[in-house]
Amino acid sequence: MTQLWDFTGGIHPAENKHQSTARPIRDAGIPDSLVLPLQQHIGEPATAIVSVGERVLKGQKIADVSNGLGVPVHAPTSGIIENIAELPVPHPSGMNDWCITLRPDGEDQWIPLEPTRDYRNLERGQVLELIRDGGISGMGGAGFPTNIKLRPPRDRKVDTLILNGAECEPYITADDMTMREQADEIVAGLKVMAWILRPERCVIGIEDNKPEAIEALRVATEGTQIELAVIPTKYPSGGEKQLIQILTGMEVPSGGIPADIGVMCQNVGTAVAVSRLIFEGRPLISRIVTITGEAVREPGNFNALIGTPVQYLLDQAGLQPDKVNRLVLGGPMMGYTLTTTAVPVIKTSNCVIAATATELPAPPPEQPCIRCGECAEVCPMELLPQQLFWYSKAAEFEKAEHLNLFDCIECGACSYVCPSSIPLVQYYRYAKGEIRVQRAEQLKADRARERFEARQERLEREQQEKEQRRKERAKAAAEAQAKKKAEAEKAAAEGDAVDERSAKAALVEQALARKKAKTEAAKPQAPAAEPAQDKPDLEALEKQLAQAQSKLETMQGMLEEAKAQQADNVEKLERAVAKNHDRVTRAEEALADARQKLASQPESQSTE
Amino acid sequence: MAFAQQSSPHAHHARPTSRVMLWVIIAALPGLFAQTVFFGWGNLINVVWCVALAMACEAAILKLRNKPVAFFLKDNTAAVTGLLLGLSLPQFAPWWVSGIAVMSAIVVAKQLYGGLGSNPFNPAMVGYALVLISFPVAMTTNWAEPALLWDGAPGFSETLGTIASAQQTAVDGWTMATPLDEYKHKIATRTAEEVLAHPTFGDGIARGWEWVNAGFLAGGLLLVLLRIITWHIPIGYLAGLVLMSLAFGNNADQYAPLSLHLLAGGTVLGAFFIATDPVSAATSHQGKLIYGAGIGVLIYLIRTWGSYPDAVAFSVLLMNFAVPFIDHYTPPRTYGHHKARRGVPGRKQG
Ligand code: SF4
Ligand code: SF4
Repeated sequence: MTQLWDFTGGIHPAENKHQSTARPIRDAGIPDSLVLPLQQHIGEPATAIVSVGERVLKGQKIADVSNGLGVPVHAPTSGIIENIAELPVPHPSGMNDWCITLRPDGEDQWIPLEPTRDYRNLERGQVLELIRDGGISGMGGAGFPTNIKLRPPRDRKVDTLILNGAECEPYITADDMTMREQADEIVAGLKVMAWILRPERCVIGIEDNKPEAIEALRVATEGTQIELAVIPTKYPSGGEKQLIQILTGMEVPSGGIPADIGVMCQNVGTAVAVSRLIFEGRPLISRIVTITGEAVREPGNFNALIGTPVQYLLDQAGLQPDKVNRLVLGGPMMGYTLTTTAVPVIKTSNCVIAATATELPAPPPEQPCIRCGECAEVCPMELLPQQLFWYSKAAEFEKAEHLNLFDCIECGACSYVCPSSIPLVQYYRYAKGEIRVQRAEQLKADRARERFEARQERLEREQQEKEQRRKERAKAAAEAQAKKKAEAEKAAAEGDAVDERSAKAALVEQALARKKAKTEAAKPQAPAAEPAQDKPDLEALEKQLAQAQSKLETMQGMLEEAKAQQADNVEKLERAVAKNHDRVTRAEEALADARQKLASQPESQSTE
Repeated sequence: MAFAQQSSPHAHHARPTSRVMLWVIIAALPGLFAQTVFFGWGNLINVVWCVALAMACEAAILKLRNKPVAFFLKDNTAAVTGLLLGLSLPQFAPWWVSGIAVMSAIVVAKQLYGGLGSNPFNPAMVGYALVLISFPVAMTTNWAEPALLWDGAPGFSETLGTIASAQQTAVDGWTMATPLDEYKHKIATRTAEEVLAHPTFGDGIARGWEWVNAGFLAGGLLLVLLRIITWHIPIGYLAGLVLMSLAFGNNADQYAPLSLHLLAGGTVLGAFFIATDPVSAATSHQGKLIYGAGIGVLIYLIRTWGSYPDAVAFSVLLMNFAVPFIDHYTPPRTYGHHKARRGVPGRKQG
């Protein structure tokens, strides 16, 4: 007997499973057209490797993923590629995505199949490669590529391999029927996975509300070392984390993966797919889908080709269009509503509920939270849903995060029991979304800031270099002018008057120089003598600079003296020095400009 | 075809607040019945009056606040507040005393704080405490004599007349102090035996009161069975009271014995019906235990050394103050986490 543990919380929603288990799995047959989304799982979308108009065979690879996470897509039957376009796909947002449309030719002609009965003689990596090539991704939850999942991190050893047959969501019976009818294939697939992982323990977890499936598996596992663990019916015992807790008593660390505690979970449907691939060579091109709800006359499970439109399956189950109110893909607890029946069945689609208005009524209006704590009672993750709700609603995302918002598995148990009919999960999704957006923005802002800082640094460096050069120039000039100091000292005796006069003189001089420059600039309209024309200009500028510099020196000298004597004209002199300093700078710049022009002119002429 | 768009979960099975409250009302009936049998019509009249007034006040305020009146009135929470007051006020409390209690409970303690779900204090206990402080005489002298059923008890119309009339002339003949009050005041000068000889204590622990408490216990257990309340608050509450009583009150000549604490006052009503008001109580299991125990301890302290004989209202209100603090320090440990993250960080600086 396998030891079982319990998990906190959980609920017992009405099961509504018997409707769809009344009859065996039916073959849905081949619809008029198949729509194959290029992305059917977490990871990279595949790229089409066929072209429109091409004929493909059943099982032929029609799209592949060259790098990154992902698995190929295969043609579910033989036919003509009709279209590669954006079409509605199953997604909570009701979005469109790239899909290959295949028009079946009715012949259902297989590519030659290559079973690998002797997989034990292969390398593990080769078997994993086969699984990838067979397009197998998890058929229970998010649809993680199976070959990647079967390759746990190098430093992690999987001791316990769990096959998840709990199927705790109400209405869904796809796994139940699979276990009833394909128990041998499940065991065969499980053995292949166990051969890859070499765990010490293999357990199939199954809720006790499926006696037929339990019996079938009991027969199929007889004589093997596979444990069959019959667990109490409670939602969400089929949640990966909860099932692991039930079967091992261990908890998956927050933010970690099951392999961190030596556990791996696979879905029973995935085991069947692996078995078919290895022993029959058939890639994943079909799956079992439950079609149920009170708006269909003959609910049941269908073996449907991937790409079969939901409408086609609903018709087969006897949809009564006037009755259907809500169309849910997945279970009533975690599934999402469809906006159109045109979406196809993909590798992760396990159930479509065509519900009448009385069956899944619209929830009553939201009332204030009365802090009754029901939500915390049922939360399997032991969160405080009420507080999470409060902070999410108030947009205090930091606090919500601190209360482990991201550990919420969105099982919906809290919303299910809330007497105030608060759509709690919706608030958590919103908060998670907002936090993700904020994080992305933060990242973007950080990048932008880094870029800005780098630029700023560069500019500063350039500025410093410029400053350095300027200083050197100034120093050289100062040395050259040192001998003129004596003269300046003499002038200093004349005091203010000299300052005024010389300033005026400088102004006059400048004006003259400007005029001269203008006339000279006007002259070179004659194209011939440009270099020659520039020279006098340069000379004039040089002269101007020298003059300005000498004046500055004079002034500085005077200032120093005045300071030393504590004369009362210090202020005035200071202003004069500043003025002259500016003048020198301007002159320097003008000169530098002119020099540059001169240097670049021959070039620009040569390009003409 | 247009399909209804909804976010998951698509199935709901909630017990709406209105139904939860209805169960609370039903669960209170055995206690009310016992009160009526042993203490006359007073409680029943009080309950009817308080419930009616509570709903009227609620409706009026909702109207003033521009809220959907019927929508909120249907949740039955105002009725429960009225009910709790009717059950705990003295049997012959004049109509205006209970009226003031109800109005302050609904208008001030509940609606002025934002209505259902937003009140930090238990509304009924706010109302109770307010009238107890404001009208101490009316609140302590109007307790019906137990077992008066057997010797010329006032009938329905007499009781109604007393409650409704301004001057309560008749009342003196039918009333007496509650057993807890009696014990507390007499034990200073007499022995336990002498005190207990008083007719209020009857042959058992406290005549009539035992049955009333038993009635509320039955209703409370029903609430626990129906999972309307969890056991944590009542058990914490009773454990706190019992432990304090065992630790300090083992001398019956000095302090009231444990049996009186448990069965002679509003203890059981408080444990299952009042302290468990979810809106103003702590939320996590651990928090509820602490919250309940705090009330139990405070009840003992106030009854023994304070000046109010029955301390449920003050104890509940005092612990209401502590709820944010308790909640802050008692979050559950989330699945997959090493330790619980205690509390919530303030905004980061900078
Ligand atoms: S949806 Fe999240 S918060 Fe609500 S019960 Fe599930 S895990 Fe807990
Ligand atoms: S179940 Fe609803 S009303 Fe009760 S505490 Fe949780 S959120 Fe509030």
